[in-house]
Amino acid sequence: MAYSEKVIDHYENPRNVGGFGKEDAGVGTGMVGAPACGDVMRLQIKVNEQGIIEDAKFKTYGCGSAIASSSLVTEWVKGKTLDEAMTIKNSQIAEELELPPVKIHCSVLAEDAIKAAIEDYRKKSGASSSETH
Amino acid sequence: MSAVQADVVQSPAVRERPIYLDYQATTPVDPLVVEAMLPYLTQNFGNPASRSHSYGWSAEEAVENARAQVANAIHADPKEIVWTSGATEASNLAIKGAAHFYSGKGKHILTLRTEHKATLDTCRQLEREGFEVTYLDVQENGLVDLEAFRAALRPDTVLASILFVNNEIGVIQPMEEIGKILREHKIIFHVDAVQALGKVPVDVETIQADLMSLSAHKIYGPKGIGALYVRRKPRVRIEAQIHGGGHERGMRSGTLPTHQIVGMGAAAELAVRSMESDNRRIRQLRDRLLEGIMSRVDEVYINGDMEHRVPHNLNLSFAFVEGESLIMALKGIAVSSGSACTSASLEPSYVLRALGKSDELAHSSIRFGIGRYTTEEEIDETIALVAAKVGKLRELSPLWEMHLEGIDLNSVQWAAH
Repeated sequence: MAYSEKVIDHYENPRNVGGFGKEDAGVGTGMVGAPACGDVMRLQIKVNEQGIIEDAKFKTYGCGSAIASSSLVTEWVKGKTLDEAMTIKNSQIAEELELPPVKIHCSVLAEDAIKAAIEDYRKKSGASSSETH
Repeated sequence: MSAVQADVVQSPAVRERPIYLDYQATTPVDPLVVEAMLPYLTQNFGNPASRSHSYGWSAEEAVENARAQVANAIHADPKEIVWTSGATEASNLAIKGAAHFYSGKGKHILTLRTEHKATLDTCRQLEREGFEVTYLDVQENGLVDLEAFRAALRPDTVLASILFVNNEIGVIQPMEEIGKILREHKIIFHVDAVQALGKVPVDVETIQADLMSLSAHKIYGPKGIGALYVRRKPRVRIEAQIHGGGHERGMRSGTLPTHQIVGMGAAAELAVRSMESDNRRIRQLRDRLLEGIMSRVDEVYINGDMEHRVPHNLNLSFAFVEGESLIMALKGIAVSSGSACTSASLEPSYVLRALGKSDELAHSSIRFGIGRYTTEEEIDETIALVAAKVGKLRELSPLWEMHLEGIDLNSVQWAAH
């Protein structure tokens, strides 16, 4: 199990661990994966009135690569607009962290988590009557 | 403390390598064993099969002396011991050898789902050759249900293969009862006693074993040498799997590695001699480890029965943390994970799955293997490290947060991927 230095760095010093209140204004939550598969990522974004992601937090149950992938994307999405954040690709995450082929699914999950968080935010802010879950 | 021992036990201040708690994977060679082996690499290097000169005679004498030592350790006759390259070969020879020899009587084999791969893979091969194999389920505690075992026997069952002490969870199967059932039905009984020797009394008569696989490197002997016990009264026949010069009465050809054999003999004698004192000390350490972890960490589950278990093994699952990241976090200790993530297959341990554990708990299991050179300081350091690292990973875990909020994770609709 040879991890790159970047994975080990994110694993040992994860950035932006934690969460926001799911019901808070401007917060979008994405939870992807399943315990039985060995990874669950929860990514939350806080979007300001200009539509910019001003903060992001994560918690991840998973291997070192999964933790590193989610930690990395919390750094990447900060300061981006929602549309910009939507363009983050799993291949960029995998490349940055030098993930081996068996760990590519971790980067896919991180991309899914961003998209799910943005979708959740848009659903909440677009129609205030829509139920959160 | 001898040089070899000092290599294994390091004081915390000078520790350069992880604390070794993987004694079920392998053990260091005991200095006494090394000492016994050395002359057979240099001075007494003869081929034990050489009958025409003293080099051969002295090598043969050493081999026969070791054969007696191994036989004594399991209450067998030296003539019943066949040297092999290790226990994997011994189990292959036993299972294939007996299945092939007795295939005229029947082609059904009975074994357990929690057996070692050396048994399971050998049985798979026999299935490809037309044999039928029943892989019997075990109970939640890892032990075989004797009624289910009896019920699984068929008129065409010729062989049963059972692991005496499980390598992953350390549980001790009721061997005497199993042996009695099999003898009643005149079914050949192969016992994998690799993890039993030196940990529990092993007696081929009490358990009525017909074949028994043994290994040196699990009992502080060298790697690359094992033995198969083959009963003579009543005589059990096996077909050779390796052919050649007809060594080992035709059951296993190949020049005998005298130094390895001498090492196995010395290790077997030492294992029996130090069993009681080893067990007493190791049980204290195991209790200290278990109590230490349990008092500092919540949501820890023990895998395998605690009563019918060798103290050398403690297999724990840590809920709400993932196995591979746990192994990564515990890099200061050399342990084995029930999850086979390292092989990139992401398959949780088949042994824990057979116990009915969920994927999550099977994934997050750690096997702590305590041995002859484990110290109290190492155990205390391990407790502190486990508590700190599990705590850190749980702070990162959304599942732990949900658990603390009282959410039942089974009720959550997970987005599959």
